[in-house]
Parts: sequence; structure tokens; C-alpha cells
Amino acid sequence: MEQIILFAPLVGAIIAGFGWRIIGETAAQWLTTGILFLVCALSWAVFLGHDGTTQHIEVMRWIQSGTLDTSWGIRVDRLTAIMLIVVTTVSALVHLYSLGYMAHDENWGEGESYKARFFAYLSFFTFAMLMLVTADNLVQMFFGWEGVGVASYLLIGFYYKKPSANAAAIKAFVVNRVGDFGFALGIFGLFYLVDSIMMDDIFAAAPMLAETQLTFLWTEWNAANLLAFLLFVGAMGKSAQLFLHTWLPDAMEGPTPVSALIHAATMVTAGVFLVCRMSPLMEYAPEAKMFVVYIGAVTAFFAATVGLVQNDIKRVIAYSTCSQLGYMFVAAGVGVYSVAMFHLFTHAFFKAMLFLGAGSVIHAMHHEQDMRNYGALRKKIPYTFWAMMIGTLAITGVGIPLTTIGFAGFLSKDAIIESAYAGTAGGFAFWALVVAALFTSFYSWRLMFMTFYGKARGDKHTHEHAHESPMVMLVPLGVLALGAIFSGMVWYGSFFGDHNQVNKFFGIPAHHAEAADGHGEAAKDGETATHGDTAAATESHGETAGHGTETAAHGADEGHAPAMGAAPEGAIYMAADNHVMDEAHHAPKWVKVSPFVAMVTGFGIAFWFYILNPAMPGRVAEANRPLYLFLLNKWYFDEIYDFIFVRPAQAVGRFFWKRGDGRVIDGTINGIAMGAVPWFTRLAGRAQSGYIFTYAFAMVIGIVILVTWMVMTGGAQ
Amino acid sequence: MIQADLNIILPEIVLALYAMGALVAAVYTGKDRFAGALIWLTAGLMAVLAAWIGITGEGTNVAFGGMFHDDGFARFAKVAILLSGAAVLVMGQDFMAKRDMMKFEYPILVALSAVGMMMMVSAGDLMALYMGLELQSLSLYVVAAMRRDSVRSTEAGLKYFVLGALSSGLLLYGASLVYGYAGTTLFSGIIAAAGEGQAPLGLLFGLVFVMAGLAFKVSAVPFHMWTPDVYEGSPTPVTAFFATAPKMAAMGLLARVLHDAFGGVSADWGQVLALLSLLSMFLGAVAAIGQTNIKRLMAYSSIAHMGYALMGLAAGTAFGVQAMLVYMAIYVTMNVGTFAFILSMERDGQPVTDIASLNQYAKAFPGRALAMLVLLFSLAGVPPLVGFFGKLYVLRAAYEAGLAWLAVAGVIASVIGAFYYLRIVYFMYFGEEGETLDRGTAPVSLVFLMASAVIMVVGVVNLFGIETAAQAAAAALVN
Repeated sequence: MEQIILFAPLVGAIIAGFGWRIIGETAAQWLTTGILFLVCALSWAVFLGHDGTTQHIEVMRWIQSGTLDTSWGIRVDRLTAIMLIVVTTVSALVHLYSLGYMAHDENWGEGESYKARFFAYLSFFTFAMLMLVTADNLVQMFFGWEGVGVASYLLIGFYYKKPSANAAAIKAFVVNRVGDFGFALGIFGLFYLVDSIMMDDIFAAAPMLAETQLTFLWTEWNAANLLAFLLFVGAMGKSAQLFLHTWLPDAMEGPTPVSALIHAATMVTAGVFLVCRMSPLMEYAPEAKMFVVYIGAVTAFFAATVGLVQNDIKRVIAYSTCSQLGYMFVAAGVGVYSVAMFHLFTHAFFKAMLFLGAGSVIHAMHHEQDMRNYGALRKKIPYTFWAMMIGTLAITGVGIPLTTIGFAGFLSKDAIIESAYAGTAGGFAFWALVVAALFTSFYSWRLMFMTFYGKARGDKHTHEHAHESPMVMLVPLGVLALGAIFSGMVWYGSFFGDHNQVNKFFGIPAHHAEAADGHGEAAKDGETATHGDTAAATESHGETAGHGTETAAHGADEGHAPAMGAAPEGAIYMAADNHVMDEAHHAPKWVKVSPFVAMVTGFGIAFWFYILNPAMPGRVAEANRPLYLFLLNKWYFDEIYDFIFVRPAQAVGRFFWKRGDGRVIDGTINGIAMGAVPWFTRLAGRAQSGYIFTYAFAMVIGIVILVTWMVMTGGAQ
Repeated sequence: MIQADLNIILPEIVLALYAMGALVAAVYTGKDRFAGALIWLTAGLMAVLAAWIGITGEGTNVAFGGMFHDDGFARFAKVAILLSGAAVLVMGQDFMAKRDMMKFEYPILVALSAVGMMMMVSAGDLMALYMGLELQSLSLYVVAAMRRDSVRSTEAGLKYFVLGALSSGLLLYGASLVYGYAGTTLFSGIIAAAGEGQAPLGLLFGLVFVMAGLAFKVSAVPFHMWTPDVYEGSPTPVTAFFATAPKMAAMGLLARVLHDAFGGVSADWGQVLALLSLLSMFLGAVAAIGQTNIKRLMAYSSIAHMGYALMGLAAGTAFGVQAMLVYMAIYVTMNVGTFAFILSMERDGQPVTDIASLNQYAKAFPGRALAMLVLLFSLAGVPPLVGFFGKLYVLRAAYEAGLAWLAVAGVIASVIGAFYYLRIVYFMYFGEEGETLDRGTAPVSLVFLMASAVIMVVGVVNLFGIETAAQAAAAALVN
């Protein structure tokens, strides 16, 4: 079954991509879509039937060279199962949606075939993404990692006649190369130290890595920290975290279904998946985790601020995606991997729906993307409106505080914020996320109000012809709406419930849970004593930490491989002293309510700005013009990168091209071929005089030279 | 005792007796009327001898007190000499007949020169060496001047003779020096006198002179000057012969002298050979660019190719000898095919040697043009054709012997050399419209052209096993 899930999309991609001339464009579209729905059904079967234990399925031998031993293998554990349903569900719905969205694309003229190609790319992307998430070794994962990069490149540049689309595709590819370089270095480093790229071997060796020093860039590093950091650099590139985020907004040049599938729900979350997948290593890399937390928090904040002022509907959602990815990294960084996956899971539904809804709006408005030209569309496209409304309620986190009733985003985001509070003791990351939640609420409602409320702005003709999308586009919205509403409530317990439930869900063995349970009680004690009594908390923490270490040592004794110990069981690993999740459960009330307050505040401001007093935003922007421009220009990241990297690189390239290649290499070759060689040819021709005495003379001179040469260079020397 | 010796040199005796018998018989009977039959007979006999030597010969047999060696190396060279000689004889027949050049002396002289060559590659003594060399050379001088009514042919013969005499003088002078210092003319004695690594300077001087004399025969720079003139002036079948068997014989002789008589001082002669090789490769490549006559061009081409073969020898190792033998075998095969093509070049019944006359040849004769294209690419050393593997062998031998600079220079020279080979291809396929060549009527030439081209392509599979044969031959020589 897993093999079918993995390879059926590839088969579909190949048939649609190369065989559409034979089977026809329409057949190619329906074939790929059908395959994806089949795969989606199988994935749900795998997810629901999964009991938490890790399975390995070897498909084929791949590379065997020295100690490098790689096979195409499928690792089925809870993480994989979650990603399977996320990827295949969104992908299947996006395929269906694209049937409508791509039906008449004005970027293509009469008689140009583009649909089969589009669907082939989508299916190919799905295959690569599945390869990534099912990998049981890092090389295979890297294969999928690069495969989704290629698919992303192809789809961002799908409108290859548009220069801006090509530029965006290249930008995405190049920026991702930076991250991939780090990822590749991380893999090399792991292979160098562990002598294997199998996940299990690496996980088993993680404690050893934590005690190993590694020299890199003339400095001694702790191996676990360095390698975790390098892997995270790869994750930063793929997941558009700060400093490597610049490609994601530009990637909106691609067709909107692509944005929904690749740049919201699946590919960009690969970085989060990687960090969670490598949790056994991350747990031994405290500094790297700290770095992850800071990058995630700053990204969440940064992207939210930029999202406040963008006018392109897709860019707003793109920055929102960037920001939400930051949330996930904070959760992973503080060690609550299950919550990171939770948010990944819920986010996939509501963000894909927001994008598809935006696509529906764009479709209705004849490919107009500027929100300043929208307005009052509520009546024109009611289904889209309600879908977007549900998406907005989900992303802003609407729910009943202190309960587990609410939209998907409410549960997962609150879980992250609580974890951030517990993991950083109420530090920077927590506050950054709360402020970001406020901003998220503001820009989401701003989007809603500007699009669906107020007066119709922009081209009148366009507004008059605005029409609801066809059924194939509305059905995916409906399905995703279900996910956006219920996915949080249904799986809250599994991802962020009490310890046993989460452990069972992820297949983490019991003795771990016992250790943590003991701690949970202790923490409860501490909490009941006094809220701010840090001394008590520290004490109980230290106590259980000792207990945890004991258990760990006990486990190691029982392990099979004496040198390295066995890989920890379960899809994710939380070290014995990692109790952030439990602490998050016992976070103070005000912490638990804070995201709700932020959400309501953001909504209130948006309501005031765009419903009650529409002139307000312009005045505020005018009053704080430098700040407004700073945000509008995305903190000037593109300009700074252009100055620091792009221009010097171009200058160097131009130097090597014009001077190095043009002058030196071409010049030398041309000089030799057109100057020196003909000169020697003429000389040789002249020497060939035809007179016998010249020839005899040459021979005599020759023997003189030979004798001299031998005396000078021969073995007699 | 003498019986055993005679048994060992039986092939040479058979060929020599045949040549003399045929000469007497032809003189007293039909003279030139038998020329055609004699060519086929001679070629047939040479092919039979090649098969005989190749199949029955085994081990190392020494005759006449060490003056004659019959070993794997000699047999490899002899088979190559006899087969290429036979091939060239047969494919030139039609050309000769058309131009009224059917002289019955021609096959007989070729047979006699073949005897000389067989003696050369088997020589175990300076005197045996000289005997074989002169027998071969004298026959070739005459053959070169065979067209007595043509000024160019006689000029070629005369030039070849005068310069050949000079080179013989150099060789003899060197031989006498060697004898003076070693006290013997036997190779086995010389190698003992030369010792390991440190030889008396006089002996080395003698060695250089001997090498100069032999370098003349392989037309290595700076002893190459006769080559273009003689190639151009001689009748084309004779040129084809010059370009193949004698080169193989001279190379074989050089290898034999250097390894059998001076094996201990390979560092000395290795440097000299490296210099000869370097100069040959570059002069051959550079000078050929200016040529408009395809025979002159092939002269420079053979100079360059001798440079590569010398590179293998310069390595001074058994692998180097193997590389040289493989290279020479491939070179001879390619040249047989190329000259088969040149022999078929004619317009209005007259032979044409101008490169420009090949304009648009591919349109008229696509099959032949394709075969020639394959041969030219192979000559230039373009992979995956067999010519490339020949070059690869010698480059590897030079590199492994620490002559990396020479290998690099060889690569550069082959890049330069590719130009003039590809220029012919350019003329054949993309040249200007013009008068095309005649169809030609010689099926034999066509067969050799096609066979040679096919070998260049098919041979990449295992080079027809000559690698192992060459390895055994090299092992017999170097020990």
C-alpha cells in the first residue's frame, strides 16, 4: 500500500507529462486527479490504521559504495503518516481545484497546451514530497528535498513567458540552494561522524555526537549542535525563515493552486518536518534549539509586520504563511515537536483553503490581485466568502478560551504560545508570538474587509462580471473548511493532550512516559503552591531530571548495540529532561488567554480601520510614513541582499566572463590558433626548402642537439 | 647446429628465395606481363608467411650465436609488417595498371625490403641490424624512383637515397663507437658493457648516433625533412607502403636496440626519445595545417604519429613497449584505409591529390565519405574510435613513467592536429560546390577503405585482442 502511495503520483506525472498527446489533455488531467484521490484514500487508511510503531519497508537497493549504504526505503511512523495525509489530501484537492482554475488561462494563447504539463508538475511534486516524508535515510530525503525544489521551480515559472515569473523561479531556486548547502553539509557531517545516513543509526548515535567535538571553519564545535544547526539551515531555506525568506513572496508568481499546495501546505513545511524528524538529534543540541526558537520567533514577528501593509491578496497570505512557519519552528525549538506537527497539520488545511479562496476571488475578478480594487464581493461570491471567513476564523484563532473548543488554528496556535511560554520561561519568543498573533488577526481581517466589505473599488466592469467559481473549485474549499473547523478539536488530544495520549499517538515507549508523568505531578504541585515560585519549580525540575537520567541509563543498558545504543523508539523523541509540554499545560491562565486577547484586539483595530473609519489607514500611514515604507518594502531585505550579494556576485561574474573568459581564455586560444600556430606553420613550410643540403644540415644540427640534450638531461647526470 | 639456425630463420629464407626466384623467372619469361600475377603471388606469400609466423611461432629462439632473435616481439612486428605490406601491394595494383607502371620489379623489391624488415626486427647484433636496414633501404630507394620518366619520382628517390646514405653513415659511426667502447657488436655483450644506470659517455655518444640513424627511418623530427618530399614525389602505392611497413619495422628495430642493447640506461635514451617525440608531435601537427596536397599532409601526419609512438618507447617500460606496439598496429591499419582512399581519388582518369578537390565529396559518395570521416576522426584521436585508444595507451605509458609533461604536450599537439584532419571532413561535407571526383573502379581499394573504417568502429570492443598480443610481445622484449 505504501508503495502505491509513493509511486502512483510519479506514474501519473509521467503519463500526463509525456503521454498527453496520446491520451489527450482532458484525460491526463482527470487521470492525475483520480490517482491523487486514490492515493489520498490510501493515506487516510494508513494514518487511521497506524498504531504508532515504526515500520521499515525497503523498496529497492540504491547506492552501495564503501560504508555508504542507501536504499529506497519507506519509514512509516506517526510523523510520516501525518505528512502523508496532509500532502495527499491537499494535493488531491488542489488537483481537483485546478481543473476549474486552469481551464481558461489568459497567459496562454489559442492552441497552446499547458494543462497536462501543469498537472504533470503537480503530480511530480506530490511524488517528490512523498519521497521526502517517507525517507528512512537522509540521502533519500535529500532526493525528495531537491525534487520538490525542482517542482517548485517549474511551477513558479509555469508562466514562463512572464519575465517576473522566471525571475521568481530562479530566485526561489537560488535562495534554496543556500539552505540546501547547509543541509548537504549537515548530511556530510553526519556521515563523517556516524558513518551511516540511516535515520536509525543517526538517532542511536545522537548521545555520542553530543559528546563529540568537531572542527569546522577553524573552530571547535559541539558536533550535535553544529550538525543540528546545519540541518536547520536547510530547513530555513525550504521553510522561508528569516534571512532565507525572500523567495516565498515572489513565489506567488506561480498559479494560485500551486501557492496553496507548495507554498502554503506542504513543501514549505518540509523544514518543520525535518526538525521534528531529527528530534532525537535536536534534543542533544540545546544551542541549536535555541537558535531555532529565535529564528522562528523573529520570522513570525517580521512576516506578520510586513503582512500588515501588503496590498496583493496573495502576498498577504504568503507573509502569513511565513509567519505561521515561524510559529511551528518556535514549537519545535522549545522541544514540543508534537505541537509543531499539530500546527503544521491544521495550518495545511486553513492556509490551503485561504489560498484556494484567494484563487477563487482572483478567478472571479479576472486575475486582479490588488485588494485595493476589491470590495463588496460578499454578495457576488457567497461561497467563496464563507470559505474565506472560515479560513480567517481558523487562522486568527477563534475559539472559547480555556477550553478545547474552537477552530483548528485556535487550538494549535494557543498550544504553541503556551509551549513558547513554558520553553522560554516567558521570554522573547513568547511575546513575539503574542504580538504576531495580534498582527495576524489584523491583516487577516483587513484582507476580509477590503475584499468582501465596503464599497466596490477599481474597475467597474470587472466588478459587474464577478462570478462565483465552478463546482470543482468550490468542493475543495468545502472539504478544507471541514478540516479548518474540526481538525484542531478532533486531534487536540493526540498532539497536545496529556502525556500518555501523545506518547501513544507517536509510539513513544511507556517508561519514558512514566518518568515524565512523575514530573507532571511534581509540576502540578509546584503550580498549586504558588504561581511565581520559581524556586519550587526549579527544585522539582531538578529532581525529575535526575530520575529521567536514571531511566535513560537503564534503557541504554538494555540496548542491543553496545557501542551506540539503540535508536529511541517512536516518531519523535523528547529527552527525559524535556518537560516543556507538561509545563505548557500548566501555564498560567493569563498566558492561555493572551492569544485570544491579541486576536480580539487585532480584529477590533481592523474593524475600526476598514469598516468604521475607512479613511483611518491612510492617515496612520501618512503620520508614520517611514515606518509604513519600511514595512511596505519588506524591511528592505531584497534591497539589502541586492546590495550585499547580488551585485557583488554579478560584478564577479562579469569580471570572469568579460576578463577571465573573454580576454584571457578566448584571447589565448584565439591568439594561439590564429596567430602562433599559423606562424609556426609558415616557418615549417619555409624550412622545407626542397634543397637536399638544407635537409642534411637539419640532420646534423639535430644530432648536435640530441647529444647535447642527452648529456644535459640523461641519466648520466 | 646450422640446421637449427636455418629452421629459425626459415620464413626469411623462404621470402628471400622466392624474391630471387621470381626475379630470375620473370626476367627470362614475360617480364612486365606477369607483374599483376606477381603482385598477387607476393602478397599471398606474405600473408601466408604472416599466418605461419603468427600461428606456429612460440618461445624465444636465438640463432647464429645471438645475431638473430625470434621472439614474441619480433613475431608481432613481422606479422604487422607482412600483412600491411601485402595489403598495400594489393590495393595499389589497380592504380599501377592504370598509369602504366606495372613493373615486375615492384613486388619483388617489396618482398626484398620485407625480408630486410624482418631481419631488422629480429636483429641481435649491430651487424645484423645494419644488414637488414640496408636491404630494406636499398629496395625502398629504388621503389621510390620507380617512375623513371617522372621528375618528381626520381627526385624523391634521389633525395631519399642521399639522405638515407647520410643517416646510414651516422648509424655506422655510432655503431663503431659502440663497438669501440663495448668491444662487441652483440647486443647481449653491449648491455653487459653498458651496465645499469651508468654507461661510459662514449658508448652513449654511439647510442645517440645509432638512434639518429633510426630516427631517420621513422622520420622523427629533426630527421624528417625527406618525408614530405618523398611521400609527394613517389607513386601513391609506394607512398602507402612507405607510410606503413617500414615505419613498423624501424620502430621495432629502435625498440629492440634500445631494450636489448641499452636496457640498463633507459634514463639516458628516454630523454632523447622524449625530445624526439615532442618535436615530432608538434612539427607534424603544425606543419600539416599548411598543406594542400593530401599526400604531403599524410607525410606530416605520419611524422606526428611517430611522435606518439616514440612517446610510448620513451617511457622505457614494458608497458611503454606494449603501448607503442598497439599504437603502431592501429596506425598501420588507419593508414592502409586512408591510402586506399587516396588511391581512389582521381578525376578524368588522372590521380588527384589536392585536398580542395574533395569539396562536396560526401554528396557524390556518401558511403566512402563516411568511411573516410571515421578514419580521419580516428587519426585525430577522437573517442570512441580506435585511434583514441592508441593515444590513450601511449599517454598512459608516458604518464606512468613520470613523463607527465610529455603526455600533456601530446594532448595539446593532438588538439592542434585535429584541425587538419577535420578540415578534410569539412571539405567533404561542407565544401564549396565544384567539380567532383570520379567514381573510380578499384574494388580492392574500396574494400580496404571500408574494412579499415569498420575496424575503427568495431575495434573499440576489445581492439581485436592485439592488446594481449602486444603485452606478450613487450614482455618478451623487456625483462
